[in-house]
Amino acid sequence: MTWRAGVARLPRELHPLAWWAWAVGLAAAASLTSNPYLQLLVVAVVCLVVLLRRSAHPWSRVFGLYLALGVVIVLTRVFFRVLVGGAYGTEVLLMLPEIPLPEWVRGIQILGPVTQEAVLGGLYDGLRLATIVICVGAANALANPKRLLASMPAALYEVGTALVVAVNVMPQLAAAVRRVRAAQRLRPAPRGRRRRLTSVRRVLVPVLEDALERSLSLAAGMDTRGYGRSGGQTRRQRWTAGGLQLAGLAGIAVGVYGVLDLTAPRWLALPMLAVGTALAFAGIAASGRRVGRTRYRPAPWRWPETVVTLAGVAVAVGVWLVGRSEPLVAQPSLLAPPLLTLGALAAPLVGLAALLAPPPPQTDARPDDRSDAAPHGRVELEEVDA
Amino acid sequence: MIELRDVTFGYDDESGPVLRSVDLEVDEGELVLVAGRTGVGKSTLLGVVPGLVPRFTGGTLRGDVLVDEVSVVDLPPRERAHLVGYVGQNPVAGFVTDTVEEELAYGMEQLGLAPATMRRRVEETLDLLGIADLRARDLRALSGGQQQRVAIGSVLAVHPRLLVLDEPTSALDPTAAEEVLATLTRLVHDVGLSVLLAEHRLERVVPFADRTCLLVGDGTVRVGETAEVLRTAPVVPPIVDLGRRLGWDPLPLSVREARRAARRTGLPAAPRVPAAATRPPVLRAEALTVAHGRRAVLRELDLALPGGAVTALMGRNGAGKSTLLWALQGSRKRYAGTVAVAADLADPTGPTLDPAALAADDRVRRVGLVPQTAADLLYLETVAQECAAADDGAGAPPGASAALLESMAPGIDPERHPRDLSEGQRLALVLAVVLVAEPPVVLLDEPTRGLDYPAKEALAATLGRLAGAGHAVLVASHDVEFVARVADRVVVLADGEVVSSGPVRDVLAESPSFAPQVAKIAGERWLTVDEVVAAHEQSHGQAGS
Repeated sequence: MTWRAGVARLPRELHPLAWWAWAVGLAAAASLTSNPYLQLLVVAVVCLVVLLRRSAHPWSRVFGLYLALGVVIVLTRVFFRVLVGGAYGTEVLLMLPEIPLPEWVRGIQILGPVTQEAVLGGLYDGLRLATIVICVGAANALANPKRLLASMPAALYEVGTALVVAVNVMPQLAAAVRRVRAAQRLRPAPRGRRRRLTSVRRVLVPVLEDALERSLSLAAGMDTRGYGRSGGQTRRQRWTAGGLQLAGLAGIAVGVYGVLDLTAPRWLALPMLAVGTALAFAGIAASGRRVGRTRYRPAPWRWPETVVTLAGVAVAVGVWLVGRSEPLVAQPSLLAPPLLTLGALAAPLVGLAALLAPPPPQTDARPDDRSDAAPHGRVELEEVDA
Repeated sequence: MIELRDVTFGYDDESGPVLRSVDLEVDEGELVLVAGRTGVGKSTLLGVVPGLVPRFTGGTLRGDVLVDEVSVVDLPPRERAHLVGYVGQNPVAGFVTDTVEEELAYGMEQLGLAPATMRRRVEETLDLLGIADLRARDLRALSGGQQQRVAIGSVLAVHPRLLVLDEPTSALDPTAAEEVLATLTRLVHDVGLSVLLAEHRLERVVPFADRTCLLVGDGTVRVGETAEVLRTAPVVPPIVDLGRRLGWDPLPLSVREARRAARRTGLPAAPRVPAAATRPPVLRAEALTVAHGRRAVLRELDLALPGGAVTALMGRNGAGKSTLLWALQGSRKRYAGTVAVAADLADPTGPTLDPAALAADDRVRRVGLVPQTAADLLYLETVAQECAAADDGAGAPPGASAALLESMAPGIDPERHPRDLSEGQRLALVLAVVLVAEPPVVLLDEPTRGLDYPAKEALAATLGRLAGAGHAVLVASHDVEFVARVADRVVVLADGEVVSSGPVRDVLAESPSFAPQVAKIAGERWLTVDEVVAAHEQSHGQAGS
């Protein structure tokens, strides 16, 4: 049966939920440790997988931005530790002159001695946050965010479509602002005192008018194509399903509160959470069963999806085990060089199992290939003497 | 099959009904054209069928809409989705998903078709419209013609009984428009689909229409055989105009019929127009190169715009026409090359300026540009305020723009909101706002979009006057008939390079896809109906005396 299993590895788009589970697993692992080696290892694994498995779609190109954001996070963290580090720690690396502050801001110290603890603490903290951010960026680059929304349960379909539309709005608004700004520069600008005020208005009014018109025509387009058809549901069925979902949501909210607030009565905690979840699922099932809507080519869930998900979970569990058995490796001292053991080294590398995922299909969806993509009839013209 | 019965629609103000007792029936496998001047309610009439009017527009609708003798007038648009497919004026604005395949499936998902059926119909639709190679493409990365075909395909996949199209070819170049129309005729003939469509450029669709529904202007309609209706219509394509003025009977609707009639009548030989003396260029671009990332949009392009002449810029969708206009204006960054505008219109050979090196406020005094979405320039509440702001900004005496506007589009109430003007009036307002700075060079990007024949005639007259005053005018346009009417010279762009340039007669005569209808009927080197009719009368006058 090997040939059968191999089919799942031929180029295709992996189920977006699998990528998100993997990325969340790695992010969880990063949050469980402050060891910089482990963080860097996680980032390296993430980068490698993204480079080898991302598609050519526009959303995949944002990964570089997330990496840059990570670097900025680390730098700011260290910078602020040095700037207002206070005098904690003992190993002084550098004596900087302290800027004297008035008496009433006692407790805040600007510059002054720079300690190894402050710098390393900032570095480890920043690295941890940066790694989590990069993991989220990886999920965004690997999984089509719109496909993720599309894999929501049928009962949440309408909400999902609304979110897809909302995701599309921002780039459209940005394009409209660019277009209108260029157009407004084609007419002489009004002079006078209120020039700055009018220049905002000159862009805002046409952009908002344009956005309003667009959203109306999108709504009209969706409506004429059947979005929101009743699908044979009676009013009573819709009310039942909606009521169940709402009650479930309320139950989950109360339950989460009960779990987190240790002073709350215990019956509010896990039992309430369970009841809420059950109600919500009942509501989703009740409306999902009656939805007269189908899905075109839903993303399949095959063994590579399972492998990718398990790889993410395994990394999180592995790092958690390291923290249990070797606390000094997971939370290194700020005075000594961080340690690394074979087990700790292996944990993030398990994440590389995600490379078993099939490569993305080859597409040519590059939005700037507009003109050479138009295979219209060739117009043959000869040069004419003017 | 689909029937509008005594439909009356009006907004709840004192302006009177938009549609008045309209009766219209569309049979199975029939293509019905909706024609009429701008603003008579073509889009409103089309919107009644899928139910967008009055649900998305407000107003009151009376009368009945029947599908197979069953009234659907009380159903919302979504409950009519399986019966009526609707494609609006701007297909991109109606796209919900982001790839071709998903967009084709979207309507079927809403109707709850079985996955196997959906799969089969998506493939059928891809083949039917000839877009199978685009299946995984990003919708926003397609050309205009491709987007239009995807939009049609996405409603066709649902297998509606009737397809309603609002100006399906208005944004397309002649070749792409022919593709879309050929697809439609094939669907009408092969699948038995019924089509109801509105179009401004009648010359493109009249040969395909079985019947025509003419909106007269007071809300009533006249429905009948296309030739019958067009005999007295206020908006007609050049072919019908020629036939009417030469008294041809039956009235020809296609080039083939008109040729036959022309052979019977005998038309005079093509005129020998002496080449006009070339005047020195007011704007000159040399080796102009514009890049988008690493891709050249314009490649080492040379262009000279003589003063006192209208030059037309033609070419496919995406050939780089808009980019060229913005680069000439100076806002679009050049990769290489030079653009030089004469500093003084009276002395074109004198010192020159590079518009890109000027500040934005100085640039508008050198090169005026009316962009494709002209309304982007307007932001105030009344026409009078717009004119005053333009006068103030340009340092012109108060009332200068208002006078310009009056000369182009007389009789606009200065207290009206610019959004409430007709397309032609709004274009005139934008043109006035741009021209008040008295730029020697005027560039226009697709100005004829949404204009009917009288409005185009008014625009042509305005451009002619500008050229007469010594301005250099460059008009980018897909509209062959408009170019034939207005241009002195034509530049054809393909893939960022100039493939042809010269006097309008030479360039248009050479190309089958850019030839105006008159040239196809009466022979090369003819451009407008007026010319042919004048020559015909002259030769007949001589024969009679």
